[in-house]
Amino acid sequence: MRVLDLLTTATDSLRLNKMRTALAMLGIVIGIGAVIALISLGQSSQNSVASQINSLGKNLITISPGATVSGGVRGAAGGRTTLTLDNAQKIAEAASSLSIAAVSPEYSTRSQVTVSTTNTNTQIIGGTTSYENVHAVTMSSGSFIGQSDLDSSAKVAVLGPTVASTLFSDTTSAIGQTIRINRTAFRVIGIMTAKGGTGFQNPDDMIIIPLTTAQQKYGVKNVSSIAITANDGVDLTTVENQVGSYLLTLHNISDTSSADFTIRNQQDLIGAATKVTSTLTALLSGIAAISLLVGGIGIMNIMLVTVIERTREIGLRKALGATSGVVITQFLTESIFLTVIGGALGIVLGGILTAIAAKVLNMSASLTVPAIVLAVGVSAGIGIIFGWYPAQKAAHLSPIDALRFE
Amino acid sequence: MLMIEANKLRKEYHIEGVETVALADVTFSIAKGEFVAIMGPSGSGKSTLMHILGALDQPTSGTYVLDGQDISHVSDRDLAGIRNRKIGFVFQSYNLLPRTPAIKNVMLPMMYANVVPAERTERAAKLLTLVGLHDRMGHRSNQLSGGQQQRVAIARALALDPAIILADEPTGNLATTQAEEIMHIFRDLHNEGHTIVMITHEPSVARYAKRVITLRDGRIVSDQKQ
Ligand SMILES: Nc1ncnc2c1ncn2[C@@H]1O[C@H](COP(=O)(O)OP(=O)(O)OP(=O)(O)O)[C@@H](O)[C@H]1O
Ligand SMILES: [Mg+2]
Repeated sequence: MRVLDLLTTATDSLRLNKMRTALAMLGIVIGIGAVIALISLGQSSQNSVASQINSLGKNLITISPGATVSGGVRGAAGGRTTLTLDNAQKIAEAASSLSIAAVSPEYSTRSQVTVSTTNTNTQIIGGTTSYENVHAVTMSSGSFIGQSDLDSSAKVAVLGPTVASTLFSDTTSAIGQTIRINRTAFRVIGIMTAKGGTGFQNPDDMIIIPLTTAQQKYGVKNVSSIAITANDGVDLTTVENQVGSYLLTLHNISDTSSADFTIRNQQDLIGAATKVTSTLTALLSGIAAISLLVGGIGIMNIMLVTVIERTREIGLRKALGATSGVVITQFLTESIFLTVIGGALGIVLGGILTAIAAKVLNMSASLTVPAIVLAVGVSAGIGIIFGWYPAQKAAHLSPIDALRFE
Repeated sequence: MLMIEANKLRKEYHIEGVETVALADVTFSIAKGEFVAIMGPSGSGKSTLMHILGALDQPTSGTYVLDGQDISHVSDRDLAGIRNRKIGFVFQSYNLLPRTPAIKNVMLPMMYANVVPAERTERAAKLLTLVGLHDRMGHRSNQLSGGQQQRVAIARALALDPAIILADEPTGNLATTQAEEIMHIFRDLHNEGHTIVMITHEPSVARYAKRVITLRDGRIVSDQKQ
């Protein structure tokens, strides 16, 4: 049989049985659409969590005071004040031997901030010039804290975009204005670019002032954390261990288990977050698998229900000279046609559903290749198998048995 | 010259241990150009014989030579080719493709014979004109009367100019006037030299044939020229 004949026979048959075609196609379209949308959403949420964590800074290692909690018991005594500016400076001096690029000591607290009658409660961070690099800060206007601000403990502030828009109706004119942090006047020197984020540690909802100013103002000598950027291309865990043992020597502690500080690296953080979102993805995939199964059963039912009519058709075609092989090829062509068109429509539907869901959930999501491959593969498989199986059974009947079939 | 040589054709069915002999060692021959009617009571084995002659089914034993070729022991694949090119089968219930235009039904055997598309259309149109349906070519099978559907089926049977035309009660589902129209077509085909074997219950239909073979209980009980 000619290829063109195969194609026209398939399209004729699909056109002549519009209801059957539509129902089978619907199963495929919904199955594929749902699966693609669900898996794409799951994967995109995973990616967006990872990229949000990355936006906090690249190759980031964070040291915080206090011992690691292990097995529910604190490993060693250790207050919240064990980290100092001096520690940070010592680490910075050893930067090249520790494979690190920058060190940012930070003091962090929360305070009331007012501008005339507007006020808000936000996170105040005392930082050095390194903060900008370590946390990948970019400025939307003005400038970041400079060395002279640190040397003179200047009362200057850099605002996160969320704080800026809370305090100023027109953020473009905020530079040079005065804000009050716990009644002390600070001059606004810059506004940071939005990173996107929510919740307690929102990087957009904070004010950064010089570390020296913060220590004076809040009367502390310690820092709340030291953030470190490791060199590109080195293993974060190795650097983490090196920095850890260096700091142990600085603190005169010989036993690792009695360390009075905790070190975490970004990879761990991403790992933990990924664990949560991949559970979510697994759940969505489970739902997707069920919709695929339901779609598949739909296709199967349609194909099987038409078996009587089609068996007679097969008997007739064989009586008129079609070999079993030709009949099977013909049915297979029909099924492939059905699943290819249904699959294409399903991908479109999946794209639309993903876009709608992304809009509603306010996240960026796009179709992912594995989702498409999986969905199309499974539905095409179901469509073809259930289109082909009854056909190949009927094709091997004698033409007379097939014509009499009921 | 002989078109059909049937030698001791036997067909048995075994259903749940019960053996039915539908054909009991039937031997006969039909010459090229003959018009034969097969008659006999219900269950006498007429259709069973016709299916074997039409290569739609195979005998339990015996040999069947069609147009000089023994086809009682050929492969399924070759049998399909023989049905396609040598045999034109007309069924009692027409058996057209559902909801498919008349002309496409007539073109179907030609598609399986890989006739080039332009030739298919031309020949199908010619055959439909021959059976008086030149104004119904685009009508779908379900938009035609029984007599018209049977005429489409005859045109389809003639598609590849077969060696033999086999018809199993072609007028069985039709009213008298329509039955007569069909028989006139068969008579014309016979006059043009076609070999025709036809099953019928009705003497008025059998009258058109030149020879009547009568079956009873799977055996030939009479074979008369008329
Ligand atoms: N597929 C089958 N399985 C079992 N028995 C069958 C089968 N086909 C036919 N028979 C039996 O073979 C015998 C002959 O049947 P056949 O259909 O040839 O009769 P017929 O002469 O065409 O009858 P009618 O005039 O009613 O069409 C019958 O007894 C029938 O029951
Ligand atoms: Mg019969």
